[in-house]
Amino acid sequence: MIRSTHLPLIVTLLTFVLAYALCASQYPTMLSWRVVANLLTDNAFLGIVAVGMTFVILSGGIDLSVGSVIAFTGVFLAVILRDTSLHPLTAFALVLVITTAFGAAMGATIHYLDMPAFIVTLAGMFLARGAAYVLSTDSVSITHEFYDVLQSMYWKTASGGRFRLIGFVMVLTFIVGALVAHRTRFGQNVYALGGGAGAARLMGVPVASTTIGIYAVSGGLAGLSGIVFSLYTSAGYSLATVGVELDAIAAVVIGGTLLTGGYGFVAGSFFGILIMGLIQTYIVFDGTLSSWWTKIVIGGLLFAFILLQKGLTWASTARKKAATGFIAQS
Amino acid sequence: MTRSPFLKRITPQLIILAIVLLLNVLVLPDFFTVKFQNGRLFGNIIDVLNRGAPTALLCVGMTLVIATKGIDLSVGAVMAIAGATAASLVVEGQHWTTAVMGALAVGALCGAWNGILVAFLRIQPIVATLVLMVAGRGIAQLITEGTILTFLDQGLIHLGAGTVLGIPTPILIWLSLGSFAAFLVRRTALGLLIESIGINEASSRLAGINSRVLLLCVYVVSGIGAAVAGVIVTADIQGADANNAGLWLELDAILAVVIGGNSLLGGKFSIVASLLGAMIIQSVNSVILLSGMPPEFNLVIKALLILAILVIQSPKVSHIIYILRASTPPAKVDRPNPAKELKR
Repeated sequence: MIRSTHLPLIVTLLTFVLAYALCASQYPTMLSWRVVANLLTDNAFLGIVAVGMTFVILSGGIDLSVGSVIAFTGVFLAVILRDTSLHPLTAFALVLVITTAFGAAMGATIHYLDMPAFIVTLAGMFLARGAAYVLSTDSVSITHEFYDVLQSMYWKTASGGRFRLIGFVMVLTFIVGALVAHRTRFGQNVYALGGGAGAARLMGVPVASTTIGIYAVSGGLAGLSGIVFSLYTSAGYSLATVGVELDAIAAVVIGGTLLTGGYGFVAGSFFGILIMGLIQTYIVFDGTLSSWWTKIVIGGLLFAFILLQKGLTWASTARKKAATGFIAQS
Repeated sequence: MTRSPFLKRITPQLIILAIVLLLNVLVLPDFFTVKFQNGRLFGNIIDVLNRGAPTALLCVGMTLVIATKGIDLSVGAVMAIAGATAASLVVEGQHWTTAVMGALAVGALCGAWNGILVAFLRIQPIVATLVLMVAGRGIAQLITEGTILTFLDQGLIHLGAGTVLGIPTPILIWLSLGSFAAFLVRRTALGLLIESIGINEASSRLAGINSRVLLLCVYVVSGIGAAVAGVIVTADIQGADANNAGLWLELDAILAVVIGGNSLLGGKFSIVASLLGAMIIQSVNSVILLSGMPPEFNLVIKALLILAILVIQSPKVSHIIYILRASTPPAKVDRPNPAKELKR
């Protein structure tokens, strides 16, 4: 029998398979390796950030700052590579340290000031975007031979699909993320925190270090995503990736993670990202549909999955009510 | 007796506003000079009032929503939808009053959608309104068919760029709607009922309050406020821009409510303090512009402002203040502490 906690994940998987089958029946070329490879490459930065967002949402929080952190990372790398002679690898390490520390600082603010994550990360969003503006308001292009080397690293299939480095980075992030979530103490602490902060504290979960760790992971992955995005576009622009946090949240929810925290799978977010990428690919293939349909369809999917989650919650409370004759909440 | 707690409530906001306005005067000595030219008032202070209109209109509804422990992320997208509706109706040849009515109806509909999700389907507000925030701009683009719809209808343009008795129309609109809402919730029991939902919804329902209908109404009010703001912005630029109308204004509106000393955890609220918050944000923008500082600093300053308020509002910090006050000799405790007003 299917456990109800697995149901959202299975629904996501079925949605993806069904959507892909529909697309492929209309445009048989969508089954080619080339499309699959592009799906991974084009959504690499979004996927990486969605892993961090999954951890945050699993713990019952939210991180609105990731889009701005990606933009900041891009501008920071572009400016540093333009003005100094630092090697890109050193710059990568530097920016990862900065973004991880930034995330940790937000986590500390959320825990120690006891404020809603929503408003703290909102301030972080303004701060990171503002810092990117202060560094440069123009789009700064990156021309470094090391970037060319990284960009030319790909594995070509016989049919012409190119699996690029950044796609591999995303898949690797998802694998590591899934292992951390399900196989480490930190991962279990995240789930416990999402299930109920009070109960987690009584169980002996180190709430402070877990909260700080979650937002540090999210910040660090946003930094990694920014590096990938700068490899993808070869430029840093402070107005880039506006609203990516919403796409990431949408992907996590479509991936079957409960927004109240506690239930969900990192692998689900992977399929959430693929579903969103598929919608965009379909619109490109169709050619007559306008890009705004992407937003409407994603909004509709978001709504459908929220309703599904709500239905499952109702079903389990109804079962509880039948068992105990008492219902805590309507 | 009724006036003094009210003044005490808005004192911190008045002080902040005075400080920011003083900064404005330091940067530009004739900041308060108002001239009457070509049948309308001109001056920097008028500009602050005029440009702050959309945020002020949004924060009326946002204050009520936040008082019920909710949040409305969709107001920016609703602004875009309402603006697109008004513009497309005018372009089709409808009278501008019909267009405005249509925009308001669409705003109310969007608010009702949010309200139904929150009040009847019991979805958390941040998630429920996220749906419309993501899909809303797509819907607005569907209405404008992906273009920036421009129009030349004088009646509609008057709402955004015109004047009545020399005063720019947006100022009159937000002042009248804001004071109407403030009076309505404070002169009737409505405000008290809304606060009770925010403090404890289950017990307020047990006390006989129809919390679902009230929640629905609060989101409808927020939607209508967003629609008015959307019409003003659209009329001001004489075109409906589905991508940029009201972009990030939901965050400004939330910030205004927080600066107004309203807790994001729901409960007690003051619309007047939120409106002062909206004016503080606009005055900060004005300082940055007038001082010739690059506008890029705008976001950094806003972020620092939020952080400062967070620290003041934080339950932990107010607990420390409480302990400090309790451990000091009573002679010093007489003076009211502004931080006390900000905490819930």
